[in-house]
Amino acid sequence: MRHRLISVSLFLCLAVLPPIAYALDDPFWITIATRMLIYGLAAMSLDFILGYGAMVSFGHAAFFGLGAYVVGVLTHHQFYDEIIPFLPFDWTGSVSALVQWPLAMLVAGLVALVIGALSLRTQGVYFIMITLAFAQMLYFFMIGLPDYGGEDGLNLWTRSEIWGLDLSDSSQFYYVVLVLVGCWFLLSSRMVKSRFGRVLIGCQQNEPRMQTLGYPVTRYKLTAFVISAMGTGLAGALAANQNEFVSPSLMAWTTSGELMVMVILGGMGTLLGPLLGAFLLLSLEEVLAGWTEHWMVILGPILVLSVLFARGGLYRFLAGKRDAK
Amino acid sequence: MLFLEQLLNGVQLGMMLFLMAAGLTLIFGIMHLINLAHGSLYMVGAYVTATVSLASGSFALGLVGGCLAAAACGVLIEMLAMRHLYHRDHLDQVLATFGIILTANEATKMIFGPQALFLNPPAWLSATVNILPETPYPAYRLFVIAAGIVVALFLRHVITHTRIGMLIRAGATHREMVTALGFNISLLFTLVFALGAALAGLAGGLAGPLLAIEVGMGEQILILTFVVIIIGGIGSVKGALVAGLLVGIVDTLSRAFLPTVLKTTLPAASADALAGSVSSMAIYILMAVVLVVRPQGLYHAYGT
Repeated sequence: MRHRLISVSLFLCLAVLPPIAYALDDPFWITIATRMLIYGLAAMSLDFILGYGAMVSFGHAAFFGLGAYVVGVLTHHQFYDEIIPFLPFDWTGSVSALVQWPLAMLVAGLVALVIGALSLRTQGVYFIMITLAFAQMLYFFMIGLPDYGGEDGLNLWTRSEIWGLDLSDSSQFYYVVLVLVGCWFLLSSRMVKSRFGRVLIGCQQNEPRMQTLGYPVTRYKLTAFVISAMGTGLAGALAANQNEFVSPSLMAWTTSGELMVMVILGGMGTLLGPLLGAFLLLSLEEVLAGWTEHWMVILGPILVLSVLFARGGLYRFLAGKRDAK
Repeated sequence: MLFLEQLLNGVQLGMMLFLMAAGLTLIFGIMHLINLAHGSLYMVGAYVTATVSLASGSFALGLVGGCLAAAACGVLIEMLAMRHLYHRDHLDQVLATFGIILTANEATKMIFGPQALFLNPPAWLSATVNILPETPYPAYRLFVIAAGIVVALFLRHVITHTRIGMLIRAGATHREMVTALGFNISLLFTLVFALGAALAGLAGGLAGPLLAIEVGMGEQILILTFVVIIIGGIGSVKGALVAGLLVGIVDTLSRAFLPTVLKTTLPAASADALAGSVSSMAIYILMAVVLVVRPQGLYHAYGT
């Protein structure tokens, strides 16, 4: 029951954060917390395949960036009233969140279907390198597109719009992000407990056995890969909204690395752990960057040491080792 | 004779990639270790080569210094971190080496400053050579190609004709057996790591006069090196050579000629834009094609 206690208290804390931040006259905390939630959503999605399907994807930055670019491109075309090229019908984009965000998930999912179908022909270390290489390919593709800013990126003239809400207000945006993260968490934990999730965990533990039992293993893994990419795409769409800017640097390979670090720091295979991992890593970055401009020279060894000595992650530390998973 | 020049440029890039991939593929084949920090060793090689060359005036001395410095850093990394990761899964190895990259990049920035270094080729290589009548080609690039060939022959000799090479091959396929026969496998691992690091340092040193020496240069070539290893097959030095040349040539030729080819069918402006994007994707498309045909790479050497 400690799991339920941790998750309920975590989301309660997050829910009361904006009033407290206003009371302390520090609304900047809301912006930071929103950023953490967005990265936490991406890390949670990555954990779905990393912790339950043993697929070490080093290319999730690509789906993060694609989600962001869908929002960026649609907003850009809406602003200039230009028709989006290479579509079978004439459409000048949209700024509605109900169009942009599902579309971001759809595009990320479709690209993941292609990348996953190719990458899942391999295993282990090949899979790591191939997902990295495909993400890098998309990164260079975006750099090479001058219509959408190339290396300089695109400025968004507005955040997405939902009827009845004002997303440019930082605490309203925060609550929208929080609700989405909560929904994705509930959905993921239901999926993990479902028959689908059990098959996935079975593949992680003994893939030949699942295959012999007659499960179409690759199809299950590909489905999980696509779902994971969709969650990451949604996080990307939210990140584009928060920054009101998209650029290829969202897709840089270091973003993939950071997402993996968040999953490991928080605890692989726990879903809520990666959210905590995102909070931990981003706060560590904030604090160290406040001390010195060369903060990475401190963060690097901390990462190496935590991999070498602190196994299991923050969540398992909170939940107790035996209770976890 | 633009084509011949570009072809040679491709071969030269291929040789650099081979130097990187040979070390990385040996480290993976023998120790089952994925080492992202290989690009950092390349950067160390480049910086030390440039610094020593500028200080002493001798590029050869610089190259030796670069190789030695990279090898020393490699041994240090191996003894402090990697040694504890051989039995962990690849995810832990990726994360630990990711941490090492962050540290190495920032430390380099602190020592050498944020601005890029530039190095000229040494005087005896700065001329051009007529490869065909009326076709000059920079001597330095030919020197890089020659260095790559020498290293390839050297590695072939070491791996197939020496006792160390025999142990390397045996260690890759039957690790327990080699240990059981009483060989010091841990020393062998450190040696292979140092060899791989020295090759990365050599690649970095040779890249000095061709590229800007800057923080982050290691990661650019690291990802290309991964593509080479995927195409060539993990653990195979021969695969690293063939795939390195293939990737080098495809990348260079598509960058050089794709705009011209596309202009025959598309309007000039959009052809340029499209060619820029597509040519930087060409090697990844090549990789995808190889994966579909041979998922284990061209020369699959050892069991994963």
